Amino acid sequence: MKKQRREKRNKRLSVIFCTLVYLFLFLPISVIVVNSFNASTTKPYMSWKGFTFDWYIKLWDNTSLLEAFGTTMIIAIVSTIFATIIGTLGAIGMYRYKFKGKNIIDALLYIPVVIPEIVLGISLLTIFAKVNVPRGMLTLILAHVTFCIPFVIFNVRARLSGYDQSIEEASMDLGANRIVTFFEITLPVLAPGILGGALLAFTLSIDDVIISYFVYGQTKTYPLKVMESVKSGVAPDVNALSTLILIGTIVFVVLTQGDLFKKK
Amino acid sequence: MKKTRHELRANTLPALLTVGPVTLIMVLLIAIPLIYVAVMSLCSIDEFYNVTLDFTTDNYMQLFNADYLKIYMQSLVIATVTTILCILIGYPFSYVIARTKSKKKKILYMMVIIPFWTNSLIRIYGWRTFLGTSGWLNSLLMSLHIVDEPVELLYKTGTTILGMVYCLIPFMILPLYTAIEKLDTSLLEASSDLGAKPAETFFEVILPLTSSGIFSGSLMVFIPCLGYFFVSDILGGGNTDMIGNLIERQFQSGNNWPLGAALSIILILVTLILVKIYQKLGGDMDSLGV
Repeated sequence: MKKQRREKRNKRLSVIFCTLVYLFLFLPISVIVVNSFNASTTKPYMSWKGFTFDWYIKLWDNTSLLEAFGTTMIIAIVSTIFATIIGTLGAIGMYRYKFKGKNIIDALLYIPVVIPEIVLGISLLTIFAKVNVPRGMLTLILAHVTFCIPFVIFNVRARLSGYDQSIEEASMDLGANRIVTFFEITLPVLAPGILGGALLAFTLSIDDVIISYFVYGQTKTYPLKVMESVKSGVAPDVNALSTLILIGTIVFVVLTQGDLFKKK
Repeated sequence: MKKTRHELRANTLPALLTVGPVTLIMVLLIAIPLIYVAVMSLCSIDEFYNVTLDFTTDNYMQLFNADYLKIYMQSLVIATVTTILCILIGYPFSYVIARTKSKKKKILYMMVIIPFWTNSLIRIYGWRTFLGTSGWLNSLLMSLHIVDEPVELLYKTGTTILGMVYCLIPFMILPLYTAIEKLDTSLLEASSDLGAKPAETFFEVILPLTSSGIFSGSLMVFIPCLGYFFVSDILGGGNTDMIGNLIERQFQSGNNWPLGAALSIILILVTLILVKIYQKLGGDMDSLGV
């Protein structure tokens, strides 16, 4: 009896605790969503002045903000594609072949994962300045590809560790050449790892503030655009766009992971 | 001759095609830039703030400036408190989520990740809107007559720590979740069957078996915390500068790149030392990749 009561109390406590943590995680997001409907028109747009849809309409006139959002999407898509291709090939190659300096490349891959982003940002800035690469779209994409590759490689590598190479030999024995084997056998087996890596790369790219901050030149991404307005007060149209993005991602999750929400 | 040609086709060429691109990027955009930062930390600047190749140790001497020492201490305190808070909040939270049996578990897990798809800068700004003197919390406190005047909640060490915990806690929760999920329940039953009290089971069985998650989580919280300059900028407003703010300033407004490079070397050394300790404790590098 006593044990049961204690278990019940523990259960209640853990539910309360987790609810509080979720409240903490979602609090600033709810502030953003609510503020996107705030009728306040004076900086810093903090106090509540009534409900309006105005900011969602004004958003479409804010071309520089929409442009910045477009830039972020282009960079994220292009970097994800490059990082995924280079990372997948690299993971397969490093798994399969022995060569000199392999452990050096292996060690280098951990650097973007553990080192503070600011160090990566300034090191890229100094080298781009040294070799006179004009800062802009190109440097942003190069930077994003660089910090995304290791995450793709780790994801693909995790998949490779349970990979049975003999099915490739079987494919070749049955007459398929190397290229056909790669596309028909290797890739489909690795697909979940590749997709996981690509999704992670995409997320990292859209959210990146620190590294982009040092290599952007004149091409502003959406986070950089927000950073610019942080000092004077972020206008509610930024909140409106953030809310739309949030709704977009949730819809995406529900569609792709739909089975999560179905009852058994 | 023929044999080597065959070998070239069979091994060297595919190896080059697969590993070549990643090697090129890692060498050109990771190794060389970091080496260049190390070289730059020994350079000087001329009167137009251009970097010159007059080698000097002056930048390193400047690192011992009293103001900087204070900021290193502050960074250390903020990063340590942030890491401890992330463990204290993240551990019980991950434990409950990872041990949830029903299908709800996946939804609970997704709900940890969803907030992080909204840009971190905007979320930090959300905190500012919530905590500011004309912000929501103050309006609430005033309308409830708990306070008569708005309380300044921003620009304090505590505010920066709150923002850091907020930004970095998923990096603690995710490895902890993985470690706790792997935990074999029969061990817990065995422990309690053998007469261990719940606290004993926790400290003698659960904690040692999930310590790998605590180690990798701590590493992934402590190190980035030192460099998250925008959090201390937006929530600390210059009162709670960290080493990341010092570096950022040298590369932007301060325009003293060699000094900024020397400051970055500190962060690189801290990272190297902590990673070595992590490996000594038996940490697996592969469990660091989010």
